[in-house]
Amino acid sequence: MKKLLIALVALLPMLGNAAGGGAPMLHAPIDLTDNASLQNGAKLFMNYCFGCHDTRYQRYNRVARDIGISDELMIENLIFTGVKIGNLMTNAVEDEQGAKWFGQTPPDLTMITRVKGIDYVYTYLKSFYADPERPFGVNNSVFKDVGMPHVLQSLQGLPTAEFETDADGVKVLKHDEHGMAIITTDGSGEMSDDEFDIAVRDITNFLTYASEPSKLERQNTGKWVLGFLAIFFILAYFLKKEYWRDVH
Amino acid sequence: MSSAPENNGRRRFLTLATAVVGGAGTVGVAVPFIKSWNPSEKAKAAGAPVEHNVSKMLPGQLVRVKWRGKPVYVVRRTEEVLAELKDGHLDQLKDPESKVVQQPEYACNSHRSPNPEYLVVLGVCTHLGCAPTYRAGDFNEVVEGVKNGFFCPCHGSKFDMAGRVFNNVPAPKNLQVPPHMFKDSGTLLIGVDEGDA
Amino acid sequence: MLANIVSWIDKRIPMTDTFNKHVGQYPAPANFNFWYFFGSLAMLVLVNQILTGIWLTMNYTPSGADAFASVEYIMRDVEYGWLLRYMHSTGASAFFIVVYLHMLRGMLYGSYQKPRELLWLFGMFIYLVLMAEGFMGYLLPWGNMSFWGAQVIISLFGAIPVIGDDLTLWIRGDYVISGATLNRFFALHVIALPLVLVILVFLHIVALHEVGSNNPEGIDIKKPKGSVAPEELSKFKYHKHYSDKYDIVDAVPFHPYYSVKDIMGVVGFLFFFCAVIFFAPEGGGYFLEKPNFEPANPLKTPEHIAPVWYFGPFYTILRVVPDKLFGAVLMFGAIIMLFLLPWFDRGHVKSIRYRSLAHKINMTQFCICFLVLGFLGTKASSPLYNFLGVVTSVGYFGFFIALFFYSKNEKTKPLPERIAH
Repeated sequence: MKKLLIALVALLPMLGNAAGGGAPMLHAPIDLTDNASLQNGAKLFMNYCFGCHDTRYQRYNRVARDIGISDELMIENLIFTGVKIGNLMTNAVEDEQGAKWFGQTPPDLTMITRVKGIDYVYTYLKSFYADPERPFGVNNSVFKDVGMPHVLQSLQGLPTAEFETDADGVKVLKHDEHGMAIITTDGSGEMSDDEFDIAVRDITNFLTYASEPSKLERQNTGKWVLGFLAIFFILAYFLKKEYWRDVH
Repeated sequence: MSSAPENNGRRRFLTLATAVVGGAGTVGVAVPFIKSWNPSEKAKAAGAPVEHNVSKMLPGQLVRVKWRGKPVYVVRRTEEVLAELKDGHLDQLKDPESKVVQQPEYACNSHRSPNPEYLVVLGVCTHLGCAPTYRAGDFNEVVEGVKNGFFCPCHGSKFDMAGRVFNNVPAPKNLQVPPHMFKDSGTLLIGVDEGDA
Repeated sequence: MLANIVSWIDKRIPMTDTFNKHVGQYPAPANFNFWYFFGSLAMLVLVNQILTGIWLTMNYTPSGADAFASVEYIMRDVEYGWLLRYMHSTGASAFFIVVYLHMLRGMLYGSYQKPRELLWLFGMFIYLVLMAEGFMGYLLPWGNMSFWGAQVIISLFGAIPVIGDDLTLWIRGDYVISGATLNRFFALHVIALPLVLVILVFLHIVALHEVGSNNPEGIDIKKPKGSVAPEELSKFKYHKHYSDKYDIVDAVPFHPYYSVKDIMGVVGFLFFFCAVIFFAPEGGGYFLEKPNFEPANPLKTPEHIAPVWYFGPFYTILRVVPDKLFGAVLMFGAIIMLFLLPWFDRGHVKSIRYRSLAHKINMTQFCICFLVLGFLGTKASSPLYNFLGVVTSVGYFGFFIALFFYSKNEKTKPLPERIAH
């Protein structure tokens, strides 16, 4: 029986990472408790992404409350569709219309970091590069032949990738030692590289918040619950021991 | 099987302590189940304060505004009506001074509103929940000597222009005044007042 | 006052007597170990599933158009809705963990052997209904993995000759999985199957208390009446239902001894359960799968369709067989083998402690095969995994066949007269 348990434990590490490796990703240095970052992320998201993508499962007033801004500020700066503060955050683009413009409906992004992963979203936003063969003039190194334009180009500038020729003589993206495509910008954007990294981080942070708004509350409640159960267990253990003295 | 001497004090203490902690745990578990019955964010959004533009209302006019699924009567009262409310028919009312809490504190006055000109009450009779009818000018058919008021068609309850109930009718209380405030002189907000803002 | 009320009730229904017979004076072997927590834990999880399930239905909308959004409504707009939902989704996985360990306990100590065959069968039916619950419940969030998982499993029935295609159509109620399928699964998941489950659990316990609990030694605590010297008898008072017929040794009354022990077990379990709920509700992508955070899309299959982990072993068996019908037969066969375990084992010694080395090796290889099968079921197939799948499938079925042959004349160790504890 002990052997069995050992075998069980030995197998556990194999279970880690269910979705299974995949392409290497940058680590997104996000912090859900950083309200300034969340506010900046919300602002960037509403200005650059919300034109095509919804976050249709969250409400404006909840977002305002959670990222620490007042309803008035939210209404003035972030509600572009003139709807009420308690409304769900849907945009004006009809699904069919979006499909006509981009080949497919721009997906709802409320839970995108739970579907694709936080690091993926961060890496994706930093992985656009110029590709004249694509309809919007850009491609993406982690989402090949993506149907989306580089909406942050005015901030980043025009990014270009380095290429090399593989064994079969096909032109492919050149990768650095971490497996990331080597992408540099021409500097025509409003932001420096560092500023752009922060902007992307903040958007990722905001989307991570949006994917599970109760995450901080959950972890906070969890600490109390586990503490309570630990105390309860000690009591229950001594109670059991006390009764079983009759038997042993 | 050895039979250790029973330590009754210790056993009783541990049983009691475990029961108390377990009971506290059960109460804790009940919290999410109970709280989940509170109005959700969706319900709250639907029940959010509503705005109403009063600047275009004529003297004597009644407008029905829907708030949280209920009709709210907004009436622009005339000077004549206000004078009557002050000392016109007080002896005929059940609760002329609004002693029963059916209104926020700022509406505990003869006109039962923060702004004397406008009456804001729920159009829900305190008897059995019918919607009273506004009788402008012909209320003296039901109450002699009082020109304007509300008459409930269901069971004949009568209210004056401050929503105060008359004697000898089935309705027990004055009409309820919801929390309200004026954002500016022309914009009425129903469902919120200075205390919340 | 209280005594009067109790006496009033007792004159009308046998409340105190039933309590004593099944709890207060029920003779339980005194040597239960760690493995014996999982029965009461399964009850705890069942209660958790029923309560949180009822609360979830209060805000869930069972329709193709609104189901996905209503789950997010629960997660965001309903106060503490996220907690109720995570308690339910984590509870589903916890149910299977607990039940698998409970079944393993039964196998280790021969708790399925005569006279406990029916007890085992009731347990197996509970397991079967639980799998149906898990499968149907998984469709309800209407995520993309819900949709495609159900698509794959329902297609299995298409393997049945002649009626297969009509049968799948009938199960779905549409040409694809649709709102019609969702609604019937919802009805079964929240009403029909839980009802069956509760009845089966009741029968499982009735059967257990009729034949009495087995224990890690696999020897009986009920001796023939009059065969035990008075000073050797268990010092506790038992219900006359048991003590009139038998001499009871090495036992304790279930309450308070096992009730306090189970409280300890329950709190210990809750610690791990809550750790997952509050700190890892996705269970590393095993309890809540990533593609299920986007709504069902009949036009887009997730890159890698995997059933929820608890179906893993059977899914692997299905997958390694290159023939659709035979694969399905073998998969259902794997479950039927478990049902028939009491008849595959022809031995008379229950506990693994006193059985042959062959049995110990066989049990170990079975457990390893089951775990590897489960692991493979959640992974995309590859030649290596496929090979491993074949080997472990053979190991799975081999366990039962080998058991059937060696258990007839197994060389076992001598059983002790009494339980040492």
